[in-house]
Amino acid sequence: MRVALMVTCINDALYPSTGQAVVRLLRRLGVEVEFPQAQTCCGQPMVNTGYLDEAVPVLRTFVDAFAGYDAVVTPSGSCAGSARHQHSIVAVRSGDEALQEAVAEIAPKVYELSEFLVDVLGVTDVGAYYPHRVTYHPTCHSLRMLGVGDRPQRLLEAVRGIRLVGLPGADECCGFGGTFAVKNADTSIAMGADKARHIRGTGAEIVVAGDNSCLTHIGGVLSRQRSGVRTVHLAEILASTEEVTR
Amino acid sequence: MTGTFVGMPVFPEAAREALADSQLRHNLAHATSTIRAKRAKVVAEVPDWEELRLAGAAVKERALLDLETQLVRLEETLTANGATVHWARDAAEANAIVAGIAKAHAATEVVKVKSMVTQEIGLNEALAEEGIAAWETDLAELIVQLGDDLPSHILVPAIHRNRAEIRDIFRSKMGAAGRPAPDDLTDEPAVLAAAAREHLREKFLRAKVGVSGANFAVAETGTLVVVESEGNGRMCLTLPDVLVSVVGIEKVVARWEDLDPMLRLLPRSSTGERMNPYTSMWSGIAPGDGPQEVHVVLLDNGRTRALADEVGRQALRCIRCSACLNVCPVYERTGGHAYGSVYPGPIGAILNPLLKGVGHDDQIDSLPYASSLCGACFEVCPVRIDIPSVLVDQRAQVVDAHRGGVPKPEAMAMKGAAYVLKRSRRLSALERLTGLGMRFARRFGPTAWTGARDLPDAPGESFRDWWQRTDGGRKDDA
Repeated sequence: MRVALMVTCINDALYPSTGQAVVRLLRRLGVEVEFPQAQTCCGQPMVNTGYLDEAVPVLRTFVDAFAGYDAVVTPSGSCAGSARHQHSIVAVRSGDEALQEAVAEIAPKVYELSEFLVDVLGVTDVGAYYPHRVTYHPTCHSLRMLGVGDRPQRLLEAVRGIRLVGLPGADECCGFGGTFAVKNADTSIAMGADKARHIRGTGAEIVVAGDNSCLTHIGGVLSRQRSGVRTVHLAEILASTEEVTR
Repeated sequence: MTGTFVGMPVFPEAAREALADSQLRHNLAHATSTIRAKRAKVVAEVPDWEELRLAGAAVKERALLDLETQLVRLEETLTANGATVHWARDAAEANAIVAGIAKAHAATEVVKVKSMVTQEIGLNEALAEEGIAAWETDLAELIVQLGDDLPSHILVPAIHRNRAEIRDIFRSKMGAAGRPAPDDLTDEPAVLAAAAREHLREKFLRAKVGVSGANFAVAETGTLVVVESEGNGRMCLTLPDVLVSVVGIEKVVARWEDLDPMLRLLPRSSTGERMNPYTSMWSGIAPGDGPQEVHVVLLDNGRTRALADEVGRQALRCIRCSACLNVCPVYERTGGHAYGSVYPGPIGAILNPLLKGVGHDDQIDSLPYASSLCGACFEVCPVRIDIPSVLVDQRAQVVDAHRGGVPKPEAMAMKGAAYVLKRSRRLSALERLTGLGMRFARRFGPTAWTGARDLPDAPGESFRDWWQRTDGGRKDDA
């Protein structure tokens, strides 16, 4: 099975440790993941802001980078959702039939990390060790666009040493929403403040999610509040072992 | 706040005002979480809810795709039942028809069943200009009308008000509109309801003309349907001699059986009840019983425009249950006034641009962006309107409508991003400046982000550089 890592633009530029964790984790599970160097971004920032024409060249780059793989795995529910549900819209807009075919070929093979682990590899215990008090925030696109269900929780529950605590209002949006965070900053911050209040109420040291974009927003609010609560991507917890604890 | 939405500021500005009102936010959070819990409980009781949603969506979709036939059929059956059918292209035409009917009967007042469509066309204001007083008889609409306020929710127009505020409105305003509130009025719900009942009874018994909308219109039988909780609607529909029903053309369903899924979906989604306390149906005139003159005004007002929009037309399935408002995290914090329309919340964010068109009004163009695209609205919609997809499509229409002029900074940024993201080498070169960029953003970046949120630290190297340097971690990762 040829597996490609779609690291996402935000992970590439700001959170390389998340991509490194995916590589470490998959290698430990016997999967040799490739990193197609030509990849850049899924195009979601353009699509969700309404700039569909601008998303077309980005989609071409995506298709060129990921054609021919059996599976494309990404540590982002949002970017996986973009590939599975939005790329066809952009491809139709381009009027390019070859692009539409390429999208139809790749889109169903794009997996968010927890889907890939549970559905493709068939594992929930990935042999991780993480001795911390953790609360899980299910991001909206993982939850509703992809329907990952309880896969992330099942993976986390199998981690040794972890103390998982429930998050009140877990399925409510944190308020990030891409450019929404800037275009409607006041509303976004009000939503983020409520999310942060719920997180602090759990007494957790760490809040975990499957999307670094949402965690940037949540972490930004928590940091400004000097809450001491850290944000960590799901991949980094699953990659941790007793030898290498982060 | 005055009785019209015209000239509202764009969404982010209007939202800022609401966010600063802590009483409003408290009222809204309390009300929406209560309705949310009620809805979730009664929806969970239905084992085949998903199938029911599909059936509801199919009923409306079938009627919409065959709208012309269904409307002609509806006109025939209504006329055969003794009603007079009028067609109105827009608000002005509809208002003129209703005013004309009232004047023909020398009526100086009408009683109204709560109706979104008459709010949409500004009927009360139009009738007032003709010297006709239109009295709202739904409790929440009465509160909004007496308070010279605007509705802020589809189902619960006075959701932004608490009991004490309502008592004050009744005390100071009821007298000028009719029977005054009793001197010993308290803020107990039962006491407030009793005062409203006394105030309204006088109006029900006096009015010659009643005005309603309709939740559904059955083409096969010429039947109009109104569902409600208070019984005031039934009073308006049965007591006056003349009844005028203003009905959006998207309300038509083909057959009597089509009401089955709709009347099960609507109450559970809207009020969290298993059935509506009152379901009234009328088909023209029944001699000696109820109104002896019935008029039906079939209204377009942008609906054929929405129907022509392939992605957006699904919004016409909406049965105004307001479930999407009650789960929307944006609505919960900003309230309904920020949307600048009688249709607030997620459905308003798509319906207003669809009915009115984009590219000519900044307020309307701001609405498709009034969402974090979290998808909670789609999850609860009883007729499966994929609101997030329509929002994204509407955003694209807004952007396209503004192409060609002087590009805004955002458009230039998106073009720049598309250029960089076309080639990984360009992205890679830019990433080497990430640290610099973050330091710059921290100092000079948009306060829209940094006003209340910290930015993360930039890493020493990008993932792609790490991969190249270490051969994907196979070489020494020091």
